[in-house]
Amino acid sequence: MRFSVYRYNPDVDAKPYMQEYDIALDPTDKMLLDALIRLKSHDDTLAFRRSCREGVCGSDAMNINGRNGLACITTVAELGDHVTLRPIPGLPIIRDLIVDMTQFFKAYHAVKPYVINNDPAPETERLQSPEDRLELDGLYECILCACCSTSCPSFWWNPDKFLGPAALLQSYRFIADSRDQATNERLDDLEDPYKLFRCHSIMNCVDVCPKGLNPTRAIGKIKDIMIKRMV
Amino acid sequence: MVNRIVTGAHYGLKDWLLQRLTATVMLVFTLVAVVRIAGAEPGYAGWAGVFAPDWMRAALFVFLLSVLYHAWIGVRDIYMDYIQPVGIRLTLHTLTVLALIAYAGWVIELVWSH
Repeated sequence: MRFSVYRYNPDVDAKPYMQEYDIALDPTDKMLLDALIRLKSHDDTLAFRRSCREGVCGSDAMNINGRNGLACITTVAELGDHVTLRPIPGLPIIRDLIVDMTQFFKAYHAVKPYVINNDPAPETERLQSPEDRLELDGLYECILCACCSTSCPSFWWNPDKFLGPAALLQSYRFIADSRDQATNERLDDLEDPYKLFRCHSIMNCVDVCPKGLNPTRAIGKIKDIMIKRMV
Repeated sequence: MVNRIVTGAHYGLKDWLLQRLTATVMLVFTLVAVVRIAGAEPGYAGWAGVFAPDWMRAALFVFLLSVLYHAWIGVRDIYMDYIQPVGIRLTLHTLTVLALIAYAGWVIELVWSH
């Protein structure tokens, strides 16, 4: 199987280049991550992140044949004979397929991704009705792999100001949480031409999300609540 | 001036909403105009007749103002996405607003002067 892999080691290379590999895979190498580990056994200078190898940790997000995805849950069979691997676009490269996620997590932290509740803490947990809990489905499952934000042109153009689909999905996750008391402050913070309104509903985020989530719908719901508050 | 990332201008929703509303106005007017033009006699008299009633002039006026406001938000979005230096962006914003105000004057003359 033929692989073209983006290579860049800033200590050694003047500029990035694509390296070609032809390797024979074992029958047990079912997933792209298996193939990458096989590749690394031939060339141990190749650098990439991986951890849980089952689509939960979000470490091995990369651009696979032009489309962001997780190597661990992408089957080799679906990729064809020639696979092109690049880092997820729009973030600074640390080395090879490893990117600097600082900007991505800054946006995540900016939306205060935790329940804000000023009532005295109860003796047990803060309860939700089953209906209120249902509101969080499709939101809490995000693994912060950054596939969505780094496939979003608005995030490419304004990564320091537009929060991006992942952070906005998380923002709505806490706006939608019946235990949270900071909805007004959250909406005030998002009422901004850059933070929220750079989203032009391009929907690349929905297209690539490896967990099948829909950030565009969450962003739409934030706008719905803002309109409800305004009119 | 410190080189700090600043966000938090606290506007955006009204523009986003008006962009959708003006788009709806444009769509509805276009459908009405297409139907009326399709039903009109060929030639200048028929064409002029389409836009002769006062309600059609008022609708045309609202449509053209919608186009101008829609264009303002759309063009401003393009500047925000692609033009990073603040000075150039402000200059382009100003020129665009001035051009759109001039167009608005032209629209008033076109629609109401006859």
